[in-house]
Amino acid sequence: MVGILEDKDRIFTNLYGLHDWGLEGAKQRGAWNGTRLILEQSPEWVCDQVKASGLRGRGGAGFSTGLKWTFMPKTESARPHYLVINADESEPGTCKDREILRNDPHLLIEGALIASYAIRAHACYIYIRGEYVHERERLEAAIRQAYEARLIGKGNVHGWDFDLFVTHGGGAYICGDETALMESLEGKKGQPRLKPPFPAGAGIYGCPTTINNVESIAVVGTILRRGASWFSGFGRPNNTGTKLMAISGHVNRPCVVEETMSIPLKQLLEDHCGGVRGGWGNLKAVIPGGSSVRMIPAHEAETALMDFDSLSALKSGLGTAAVIVMDQSTDIVRAIARLSYFYKHESCGQCTPCREGTGWMWRVMERMATGEAEMKEIDMLLDVASQIEGHTICGLGDAAAWPIQGLFRHFRHEVEERITNYRAGRPHVQGASLQAAE
Amino acid sequence: MSVRRLAANQPESFAFSAESLEQVKWWIAKFPEGRQQSAVIPLLWLVQKQQGWVSEPAIRLVAETLGMPVIRVYEIATFYTMFMLEPVGSHALVQVCGTTPCMLRGANDLKAVCQRRFGDRDHLSADGKVTWQEVECLGACSNAPMAAINDYYYEDLTPETFEQILDEFIAGKPRAPGSVIGRQGSAPEGGSQVLSAPSLYDGSAAKALKSIPNAEPTKRGKAKEAAQ
Repeated sequence: MVGILEDKDRIFTNLYGLHDWGLEGAKQRGAWNGTRLILEQSPEWVCDQVKASGLRGRGGAGFSTGLKWTFMPKTESARPHYLVINADESEPGTCKDREILRNDPHLLIEGALIASYAIRAHACYIYIRGEYVHERERLEAAIRQAYEARLIGKGNVHGWDFDLFVTHGGGAYICGDETALMESLEGKKGQPRLKPPFPAGAGIYGCPTTINNVESIAVVGTILRRGASWFSGFGRPNNTGTKLMAISGHVNRPCVVEETMSIPLKQLLEDHCGGVRGGWGNLKAVIPGGSSVRMIPAHEAETALMDFDSLSALKSGLGTAAVIVMDQSTDIVRAIARLSYFYKHESCGQCTPCREGTGWMWRVMERMATGEAEMKEIDMLLDVASQIEGHTICGLGDAAAWPIQGLFRHFRHEVEERITNYRAGRPHVQGASLQAAE
Repeated sequence: MSVRRLAANQPESFAFSAESLEQVKWWIAKFPEGRQQSAVIPLLWLVQKQQGWVSEPAIRLVAETLGMPVIRVYEIATFYTMFMLEPVGSHALVQVCGTTPCMLRGANDLKAVCQRRFGDRDHLSADGKVTWQEVECLGACSNAPMAAINDYYYEDLTPETFEQILDEFIAGKPRAPGSVIGRQGSAPEGGSQVLSAPSLYDGSAAKALKSIPNAEPTKRGKAKEAAQ
């Protein structure tokens, strides 16, 4: 058998689009089965079951989904409740929600109905990244099918009035942050809001709002159909369930696959991806959770498990379970410098430490990559990184600092070597720190 | 942040086509009364689909349509990098993903192809047929390296296959998007090793459930039973 998870326990049975994505095909595979029975239970029951399943948010932060739903007001008031689904998948390395949106859209639509019922919302917006044009067309078509079959809409067969709308972004990574997404959804620049107020108190249009990742919502229907204990039976305690994992970079066969939480990283790469290019011994480092987490070197990857606790013990994180594999041929300083450019490009410009810091860090990283830096700048860079981390409204500042910290934690010697080599044969190198700020 | 400005040369005016106007209404209707500003990004996107780029008169029209100050729409058009602020190639807008996961698998070679054939990024090529850009992660990392050409994704590229695809676009006969090596979505090359159990697809999962696990008899449920 390949991997740990058996076919009978997979939630996303059309992950690769080999079967019909439409309503008939989805029903054949079990979607929309028993949805009515679920909605006959109370909203509290739904929250309790999802809590009991141990489902933690699949968008990266890993907060208990069921618990998040309970933060919403218990009664409806003049301010309507909203569910917002974050389909702004832009974290480098992450390409899992795309597969749900284009191949299993009905699981998402069903989950949206159930989650909206749990938080007493009658309307839901799915905010999909602008570049996913094909995925948006597919999702719109699936929603039309659901309306036509009266599975959703006013007076639908499930007895909970529910409208589902798709809207889209314009190519800004920052809109994956929940408060920036709300700003963008309201037709403004995607600049994150201060919390509090939290979205459950005042979200879109000042109304109580819950924001969840696509995968967190799409698994809910199957969890409730098969039982919380079925889902919590996978993985280690506090890290339960199945998870879509996206593997990219230097493996023989990159892919997206659903696996149990806590699968050993090495087994994931060897069973599903044909192993690291050139064999396990050729592995240099792995970024296990999307570009925003710190990398782990090969010897730690040997024993790492793909879950929240194991990876945070290694000072990294599960994030979105987007595994970026780098073999020995990788110019690892260049790889991280490219990520620094990404964060510089995507900073929204609202907070000074991030707006100025991401550009500064990128420029220094570019010089580190060529070696045209000074030794003392390494500590200066780490100092600046730690001063950006935690001093911004949203997590982008942290996300820009962490890859750099991870690089120096494990590969500082390589950068030092590069700086030394650059100077060899050049008796005098102009102080690189004279370079003007952008 | 990226610094973006409107083009120096602007057309006299802009008007939505009849088809776009339908879409405009559809988008505005998605949002609650008085919240039509929410449709600003989709409307600018409609402009771009119709005009190829977003011009200053179009920004004014969108502002008027949604009852927004022009500066707020201007702000959106310059903040969101998907909006092209000057005319783009008549045959292809090529967006090569250059972020680390694609870079690790050869995106720099794709960029070199574009540079050689079309000149500097973010400019019209000499013949006016192509504009190319380097963009940040497009979210197809397991199919790296990739490029979006006129909105759709071409995946698992090599410099050779990429050039072929570009030639097809320039000749006006583009192929269907997707993996150029025939991968099924994001399944591993050579075919999926999972999701082969016949029981997943024979309809047994569609057999109507009589009950769900851990269900409680609830007031709501009882009321429904009584009603039936």
